[in-house]
Amino acid sequence: MDLDYELLRRAFWPLVKGALLGTIPLSLISFALGLTIAIVVALMRISRHRWLSGPGRAYVSIVRGTPLLVQLLVIFYGLPEVGVTLDPWPTAILAFSFNVGGYAAEIVRAAILSVPRGQWEAAHMIGMTRSTTLRRIILPQAARVSVPPLSNTFISLVKDTSLASLVLVGEMFRRGQEIASQSSQFLVVYIEAAAIYWAICLLLSAGQSRLEKRLERHAV
Amino acid sequence: MPSEDPLLEVAGLHKAYGDHVVLDGVDLSVDAGQVVALIGPSGSGKTTVLRSLNGLERPDGGTVRIGEVAVDFGARQDRAAEDRLRRQSAMVFQQHNLFPHLTVLQNVIEGPVRVQGRPRDEAVAEARALLDRVGLAAREDASPLRLSGGQQQRVGIVRALALRPRLLLFDEPTSALDPELVGEVLGVIKELAQQGWTMLIVTHELAFARDVADDVVFLDGGRIVERGPAGVVLREPREERTRQFVERLLRPF
Ligand SMILES: Nc1ncnc2c1ncn2[C@@H]1O[C@H](COP(=O)(O)OP(=O)(O)OP(=O)(O)O)[C@@H](O)[C@H]1O
Ligand SMILES: [Mg+2]
Repeated sequence: MDLDYELLRRAFWPLVKGALLGTIPLSLISFALGLTIAIVVALMRISRHRWLSGPGRAYVSIVRGTPLLVQLLVIFYGLPEVGVTLDPWPTAILAFSFNVGGYAAEIVRAAILSVPRGQWEAAHMIGMTRSTTLRRIILPQAARVSVPPLSNTFISLVKDTSLASLVLVGEMFRRGQEIASQSSQFLVVYIEAAAIYWAICLLLSAGQSRLEKRLERHAV
Repeated sequence: MPSEDPLLEVAGLHKAYGDHVVLDGVDLSVDAGQVVALIGPSGSGKTTVLRSLNGLERPDGGTVRIGEVAVDFGARQDRAAEDRLRRQSAMVFQQHNLFPHLTVLQNVIEGPVRVQGRPRDEAVAEARALLDRVGLAAREDASPLRLSGGQQQRVGIVRALALRPRLLLFDEPTSALDPELVGEVLGVIKELAQQGWTMLIVTHELAFARDVADDVVFLDGGRIVERGPAGVVLREPREERTRQFVERLLRPF
């Protein structure tokens, strides 16, 4: 097969632009919102009150028990049914935040539970309330533990955002589809998109190891 | 001291986990300035007594009074009173339980500044003076994880002192330490005794108890079996059970 270098070159900048203006911001915003959801849900799940831990558990179970693609399409087609019409971007952000929130909640919860009981007791001894203890003593320690698994979640999210092309978000993969269908050379463009995803993930993995090394140095 | 009353007065303390009765009517009093050593076999309830005084465990019944603050655990729960009671004492844990993400100094001022709302400058100055007294002035910016076990425990003691409690509680403060580090921690506790701190100390270090404690209390099966001056209880106890326990500790094999 003759590689169409002209097409590779022509597709490169639109793909990179799609990554910079679509994939990356979509990932960052969804991750930030998802992490916020995750902390709230993790706290609900460790609560002694059933009316908090129950819904928290149900949310995590639904997110982890259904495919991301289905979640995305249910939100895309379902919201208009109940009278909520959102643009593609908000729809995608909503779906990815919802999804990341469920996975990250389990990570945050495990990290909170990994902090030794003696830390709660020492905080109680110096007179702290439960909520101050969480904020000042437990969550900072849990944050360190959860960096590696949360980094993995983020890397998965970057790849998952390609699904947003289905709900018409102009991220990298949708740009690729547009170019590919004009030239009807799908394979070349899709491989090029894959290479760019790969490059982004390599960069993120490198950043992850550096971050982990730094945390390790500070922890020992 | 305004009154001759004991600073700490415990009466009829009771605690059970399910069917397992851990404290079976503990009566205990400690005068202001007095040092009392609490000894007893594993599982006799020593830790549970301390934790009950500091709000880490809630007894099912009995009363505790420290200074003017009294709580009747048999009556309807009064959270405000229990909170006030807990603030009268401070505890030094067996496994120091220092906050690993904070520096030594931050560990010490967290309570005074964040909880008690004292001015930061004042709390820092006081913390530095206390750290100096236990020989750790140079380590205030270190992470607790970088200290030796003995240093960690001394920071634990300073963290408790910085709360300005009326009563200090120690739960086997040296039993997690390597033998060569025990002395430096016991030395600090002995100094506190000489400065007039009121202390209740759970310990297996009988020589230390004899040296530092005014009274020794022997707890067994959730009850106080015997109490008396350290020299008497450790040398010629009245009760057979105390004698056996002390002998076993002095001659393990
Ligand atoms: N949370 C708990 N649930 C059930 N049982 C408990 C709990 N905490 C303590 N116990 C039991 O209560 C009893 C007394 O425990 P405690 O820790 O007060 O003993 P101790 O005298 O301090 O023993 P040691 O010398 O081993 O520290 C033990 O039998 C222990 O198993
Ligand atoms: Mg104990």
